[in-house]
Amino acid sequence: MTRILLSRMEAHPSDSHTLARYEATGGYAPLRKALGMAPEDIVAEVKAANLRGRGGASFPCGVKWGFLAPAEPRYLVINADESEPGTFKDRQLLERDPHQLLEGIIISSFALGVHHAFVYVRGEYPRPARRIQAAIDEAYAAGYLGADVAGSGYSLDVTVHLGGGAYICGEETALLNSLEGRRGEPRIKPPFPAVEGLYAKPTIVNNVETISNIPWIVEHGGAAYDAIGPEGSRGTKLFSLSGHVRKPGNYELVMGMSWREMIYDIGGGIRDGNALKAWIPGGASAPWFVEEHLDTPVTIDDIASNLSMIGSGAIVVMDETTCMVKAALRVVRFFSHESCGQCTPCREGTTWLQQVLTRLEAGDGRDIDLDLLLDISDNISPGLAWPPGMTTICPLGPSAVSPITSLAKYFKDEVVAHVHEGGCPLA
Amino acid sequence: MTWSRATETRAAAILARYPEKRSAVMPLLYLAMAEEGGDLTEDGMRRVAELTGLSAAQVQAVASFYTMYKRDGVGRYLVSVCTSISCMLCGGDEVLDAVADETGVPDGETGEDGLFSVEHVECIGACGGAPAVQVNYELVEGVTPEQARSLCRWLAEQRPETVVGDDLQERFGGQRSFDWGPEEAEGATGPVPAFGPLGTTGERS
Repeated sequence: MTRILLSRMEAHPSDSHTLARYEATGGYAPLRKALGMAPEDIVAEVKAANLRGRGGASFPCGVKWGFLAPAEPRYLVINADESEPGTFKDRQLLERDPHQLLEGIIISSFALGVHHAFVYVRGEYPRPARRIQAAIDEAYAAGYLGADVAGSGYSLDVTVHLGGGAYICGEETALLNSLEGRRGEPRIKPPFPAVEGLYAKPTIVNNVETISNIPWIVEHGGAAYDAIGPEGSRGTKLFSLSGHVRKPGNYELVMGMSWREMIYDIGGGIRDGNALKAWIPGGASAPWFVEEHLDTPVTIDDIASNLSMIGSGAIVVMDETTCMVKAALRVVRFFSHESCGQCTPCREGTTWLQQVLTRLEAGDGRDIDLDLLLDISDNISPGLAWPPGMTTICPLGPSAVSPITSLAKYFKDEVVAHVHEGGCPLA
Repeated sequence: MTWSRATETRAAAILARYPEKRSAVMPLLYLAMAEEGGDLTEDGMRRVAELTGLSAAQVQAVASFYTMYKRDGVGRYLVSVCTSISCMLCGGDEVLDAVADETGVPDGETGEDGLFSVEHVECIGACGGAPAVQVNYELVEGVTPEQARSLCRWLAEQRPETVVGDDLQERFGGQRSFDWGPEEAEGATGPVPAFGPLGTTGERS
């Protein structure tokens, strides 16, 4: 069983978050190695690793780093605003192995010429914030942070910033606005953050899980990471399993297994011996999968070619007792609530989607409602294609369309039954 | 206006954490809430504006964007019940009903005696231990409706100064998203996330 991210907390559950345990298990040796390397050689190792971003967009980390503009100062911002419904992996990394993340931050900052890094933790995560702050305090005391990192002469400060309860701040430019003390509204791109980010300076924004891989990559080399898993899905990936599975939880896996194995072997199958109805393969933004996808592979590119996405790695399983109209409404309600309000198609469209689904679920639906839902969706995401077309600054609006197209594709009869039977046929 | 000397000292420390003063707006808003027992008042926002060099309107624009800045007042115990997709699938709606019924405070409101505020919230990252509840942002996972009732009764009877997640989980929780590891004594002293640099963290009382 290949382990990169969870090995320490699995072997040492009582103190995996402490500096003493981290150092005793080889921690901060990769940092010493990195400080002896040329920064561009570290970037080259991360490029060679073919590590793809774990926040949702799967963009190659090394390529993103390569876009960083030369101006000074530059910033590294860690996106710990984990809020995609179904996702709880970064919380575990922050709470149980914060030094692994912190060492990744220090190595990455050195590689990128950064002297001030930020960790943006969602406001509802005080315990994870306390754990990463405690790790930072320990690292300052031990000389891994501050004016002279591990005696190298390199200086780095790290600041933890607490969010205020807004999913949209997981979008990197909204996050930067929030960190600047503004409303968390996404910026029009370009310019991308690597050119004009925090305080209009070159900035790299990376996810917690992505950066937690960096110490291992530096220790073992990019080629070793690139040797794990299928092409395009290298390394290990944390999957958050939830919903109607027998064994919910976070699982660190080498990708390439089938969905059948993921749900029935790793997830332990469906609770109460029920039948599987559908699952969300990559967080609330992702179009749903159904039985016909059970034998397709779980890789970043296979999920995309089957017209959904791996996203944050959040798998939400729904059994036969689930009302799909209610499930779609719950996902749409989320996006409606979290819309920042800048773009009309998203602000108004998600509200309308919620209203129509609400009346459908309540048994007050009309024959035209499915067409109406699709028409509203087409105004948010023209063509209803995948990857989605956009009429908005960021992908939040189009994300609200995923449950609608999924309903139309796989559960049309159930929607129609809601209209004709005056409510849910399962009730 | 100014805050107490201790709070002003803490505000200065927060400002020093950032290259630009404006970035301190969000943590200072939490500090303003903690100073007023959880409420974000106009005076509080004005002081944040003075400290960051912004106008009061600019600060209010930020505060109104984020759900955790409670400008309409908040109870001593903010009970947040997750009803997002994973928690809904595992009974979060029934937990919310139980909390509202037991406290007598409907979803989205604060009780007249100011003891409880009750709200449904979107995903709080506890899906593997669904359904999940937070009290003053301290988490408890795997909560049944009956346990949720017990939790509310316990808060009303004990009125703890500090709400500690590990303590709540031990008393009222069930299935967790993952092994939490060793117990932690720190918790929240009010309806503001408990985080040392904000001065909102208290030891178990």
